[in-house]
Amino acid sequence: MSYTAATVQLLSPEGTLVHSDASEQYLPYVDKLSDDALQEFHRHMVVMRRFDIEAANLQRQGQLALWVPSHGQEAAQVGSARAAKPQDHLFPSYREHVIALMRGVDPITILSMFRGLSHGGWDPKEHDNFHLYTLVIGSQTLHGTGYAMGLNLDGLSGTGDPEKDAAVMVYFGDGSTSQGDVSEAMVFAASYQTPQVFFLQNNHWAISVPVSRQSRTPLYLRGEGFGIPSVQIDGNDVLASFAVTQANLDAARSGAGPRFIEALTYRMGAHTTSDDPSKYRDNSELEFWAQRDPITRFDTYLRARGASQAFFDEIAVEGDDLAADIRKRITELPVPATSTLFDHVYSDPHPVMDEQRQALADFEASFEEGN
Amino acid sequence: MTETMTMAKALNEGLRAAMRSNSRVLLMGEDIGPLGGVFRVTEGLQAEFGDKRVLDTPLAESGIVGTAIGLAMGGFRPVCEIQFDGFIFPGFDQITSQLAKLTARHEGTLTMPVVIRVPYGGHIGAVEHHQESPEAYFAHSAGLRLLSPATPHDAYWMIQEAIASNDPVMFFEPKSRYWQKGEVDRESAGIATHSSRVVREGTEVTLVGHGAIVSMLLQAAELAAEEGTSIEVVDLRSLSPIDYDPIVASAQKTGRVVVVQEAPGNVSVGSEVAATVAERAFYSLEAPVLRVSGYDTPFPPAKLESVYLPSVDRILDAVDRALAY
Repeated sequence: MSYTAATVQLLSPEGTLVHSDASEQYLPYVDKLSDDALQEFHRHMVVMRRFDIEAANLQRQGQLALWVPSHGQEAAQVGSARAAKPQDHLFPSYREHVIALMRGVDPITILSMFRGLSHGGWDPKEHDNFHLYTLVIGSQTLHGTGYAMGLNLDGLSGTGDPEKDAAVMVYFGDGSTSQGDVSEAMVFAASYQTPQVFFLQNNHWAISVPVSRQSRTPLYLRGEGFGIPSVQIDGNDVLASFAVTQANLDAARSGAGPRFIEALTYRMGAHTTSDDPSKYRDNSELEFWAQRDPITRFDTYLRARGASQAFFDEIAVEGDDLAADIRKRITELPVPATSTLFDHVYSDPHPVMDEQRQALADFEASFEEGN
Repeated sequence: MTETMTMAKALNEGLRAAMRSNSRVLLMGEDIGPLGGVFRVTEGLQAEFGDKRVLDTPLAESGIVGTAIGLAMGGFRPVCEIQFDGFIFPGFDQITSQLAKLTARHEGTLTMPVVIRVPYGGHIGAVEHHQESPEAYFAHSAGLRLLSPATPHDAYWMIQEAIASNDPVMFFEPKSRYWQKGEVDRESAGIATHSSRVVREGTEVTLVGHGAIVSMLLQAAELAAEEGTSIEVVDLRSLSPIDYDPIVASAQKTGRVVVVQEAPGNVSVGSEVAATVAERAFYSLEAPVLRVSGYDTPFPPAKLESVYLPSVDRILDAVDRALAY
């Protein structure tokens, strides 16, 4: 499954703007962007790809137990996230590393999960409402929908003031569209007309299973089936990702109900570092998508607009600096104290946690006394 | 000052009191609006508080729990009604993998004040999936609290305490007791939320149970007394955490403990009580701790439920066996 006649594309794989019936309504969003803003897209994509490569290296070197690469999906993520306002709540799955970074999560926090030091732990309220990763496939779509129901109940969207209105954007993948939770989320969202955007990154593979096993119909039509206006975009086109998301988030914030975006992209790497894509997919497919790489086309576009070589050099250095920084800091991360096992299982006091914390402390102390 | 009311009415009054005192409390569930729920526990609440605080939801348990989680992230205190015990399993993943773990995943920066109300248990002659006792699945899951009232008074107070909890609470309502009346003191709960309670004093055998079983234990104690056997009865009230002190104190006094529950016995709340009493009251016990449970079979068709479920006779048989040691 690849591009269809309905796929909205603003920037061609060759790096030129696309003028079509479908693109005309979205191009004005791009026209408003300054060169600085456009370069910011590129900076995020390039720096994050460098981070992603470094994280995979760290896994190979034994510093991480696992890595979940995002290589190839930078445009879908950066464009959509740039369309979100600070008051919007973003619910990721577990591959949205660049969005975490853009919303103020220290990348070392992401890595600490894959080093076995935490299950998340950042406070969304302190990180531009970027919520925690959810590893059970599709579960977060219901959390985002519930949050959006709350925005409605609290009158925080559809106020008539676009600067204040808030919305939810929930990220999920093609595999998750087969999960009941995703369908239930769309049922609830349509029923309660929530202010939210369902942002589907169709990267074509759920570990080793192609999207054709999940669906024989283009996935954006699923949204339509629930009564949610839906659109399919070229997810490797950062301008389409930005403009279409902005249009749909604006609609959601204004009180027009939920929206659904299917971003066609491609998982260039493995599902995780535990996986071996050579066992189940063709090089020809990889080649097809390599020619549609999100960074290459945007590089061409920016150069045509006159971006200086100094800019490209600068972001390459920034990526290298980030890579060096995480490489240095990863080994400095402390292992949590054993007593933290019990610290946050409950919010209110709990006698079993107190007993077991004490029992573990006594057990550990018994070794100290014995030496 | 007390009032006489059914447990269903006591729950209704408890929900009303919680909603009046905190505007962030929401009710969610299937048929809970104009109908008032299939057991009428939410009767009149949508009329009083409106459809933005009493939400008739789509028919999807995972959706109910999952969106309640999102609402709680936004500062609401959702109270979800699961229509029947056996219908909770479509929501099981959201309860055990998400609701129970989100505070830990957030390292304490997020509270999860969500209550899941579950009408449970047999003795109502209903069809499959409408008479089950699934509490052990949830008692096994760290991060959840479990409560089960046995009387209208406890129902009135415990539902309010559940809503006030900053942790998720599974609230198991013994549906065969919904229409039984009792005295409710609106001035004071009289006991801490997660306490177990001696509800009848005795000296020879301790019976322990929760929910609808408690009234059966009291009946058994009454019959045993006529035959000269003195039985103490403990109402667990809280299934997670379990307050063992009154149970262990009772075991130390009587030396004989029988744990009774409607749920299947294998890997059950009753098993945990039995094991803990054995650990903590070992030198006081005159007999092994016995269990009387539902059999380890699916809940049978209703005409066989009286055989499947613990009865006064099965309880007294276990009492005799305990006394024979």
